[in-house]
Amino acid sequence: MREEWVKVWKEGAIGRIELNRPQVLNALNRQMVAEIVDALTAFDKDQDIGVIVLSGAGRAFAAGADIDEMAYDTPVTLEKLDQFSDWDRIRTIHKPILAAVHGFALGGGFELVLSCDIIFAAEGTMFGFPEVKLGVMPGAGGTVKLTKAMGRAKALEWLWTGEMFSAEDAKAVGLINHIVPSELLLEETLAFSQKLLKQAPLALRLIKDTVNKAVDYSVFDAMQAERKNFYLLFASEDQKEGMKAFIEKRRPNFKGK
Amino acid sequence: MYETLLYSKENGVGRIVLNRPDKLNAFTAGMLKEMTDALKQVERDKEVRALVITGSGRAFCSGQDLGNVQGELNLKETLREGYNPLIQRLVGLEKPTVAMVNGAAAGAGMSLALACDFRIASENASFIQAFINIGLVPDSGSLYFLPRLVGYAKALELAVFGEKIKAEEALRLGLVTKVVPARALEETTKAFAERLAAMPTKAIGLIKRYMQKSFENDLAQMLEWEAFAQHVAGRTEDAKEGITAFLEKRKPIYRGF
Repeated sequence: MREEWVKVWKEGAIGRIELNRPQVLNALNRQMVAEIVDALTAFDKDQDIGVIVLSGAGRAFAAGADIDEMAYDTPVTLEKLDQFSDWDRIRTIHKPILAAVHGFALGGGFELVLSCDIIFAAEGTMFGFPEVKLGVMPGAGGTVKLTKAMGRAKALEWLWTGEMFSAEDAKAVGLINHIVPSELLLEETLAFSQKLLKQAPLALRLIKDTVNKAVDYSVFDAMQAERKNFYLLFASEDQKEGMKAFIEKRRPNFKGK
Repeated sequence: MYETLLYSKENGVGRIVLNRPDKLNAFTAGMLKEMTDALKQVERDKEVRALVITGSGRAFCSGQDLGNVQGELNLKETLREGYNPLIQRLVGLEKPTVAMVNGAAAGAGMSLALACDFRIASENASFIQAFINIGLVPDSGSLYFLPRLVGYAKALELAVFGEKIKAEEALRLGLVTKVVPARALEETTKAFAERLAAMPTKAIGLIKRYMQKSFENDLAQMLEWEAFAQHVAGRTEDAKEGITAFLEKRKPIYRGF
């Protein structure tokens, strides 16, 4: 597929996806979301790729959704279109997805951030869900993920007021991982990617799977899943290599097998 | 063109003159808006590498224009909408700022001077935390800047008693950078600001950005920010020029990026 609204390329073992509608601060339209998810899926299947990095071109990561596109929708058109099913596919991506966020991450743009695994934000980045100001609410997981991440009282305040919050606020409640100077946003995100690329890919994959389950499952069920994944890693060559290297006091050489 | 102030630039120095001399340059809502707009210009204009703020006539700025207040003034909203964004923008400006204090700096006018990086005062200048004298409290950043500049006890004394501080006293307290005879004010400030404008602007911006963070961070975090900042500064053209000039034993010529 030829991408129109995103730029997709490989940088070594890093799959890069850059939102590329800078003239509208990367407001997400349906095709753009489909392009993002298609690129994520392709990188997930690509054996040469270990980590995926999502970023935005221009002044913002993504300042919301394309309002024109949905202004005249009805429940029936939305049901038939089922646009949010594209978002569900992000949850099926096994590889680490890093987000390099700057400027604004609002509405759908914020939901996209919350769909990523590790989030780097430039100093001064603003986050928020302004949907309420248009008489609606987030529809791609925003209310759910925000509440899971920060608790009910805080989430209601963010969602009800529709106000923007700072990167410091977002970090304080655990929504994002790191705040870095805007000049170094991509560099730091890519450096973190390199760190992940040194780890055993299967371990990363099953950790992500288990952490995702930990968010949704009961403690008991999540621990059962954890145990099985732990056992499963003992079927990998990388487990043998990792433990052997530890005993031999050398760095492991993981192969992703 | 502005109604309440004059904006000009010369030799890399932007200059904002509060221009309501018959009202001792008191702030009105319009003036706050125009100042914010002028600051945006300064931010964007790469040729401007230092900013001077001064007042026309015999005062620097007498604070909020009380004569302009009709009926009940919502002080909280006036601050939130007018003063606070202005002070934030001024403090956040990544270029050096100089208040050329030509006369009285009272109330929010004193806050404005304190929000600048440097203050050069005429011997005729005076500062006054006038708020208490009408039953109000310091605002526009005075509660933040004062204890940082002169220590808590002295700051409290100045804020509670609201007495006039003459230029020499301000110098002794560390409120101003230097005091000069009235007739030398323009010339001294011009030289001071032009010197700043010829310095490595990006580095000065980074110094401001991260020194401000020192008030809310511990040593470990500051060391980390310093490493980031040095990384950014080290890659500027000016740093290359600085090092080259040092090795070639000549004076560096900085361009601000």
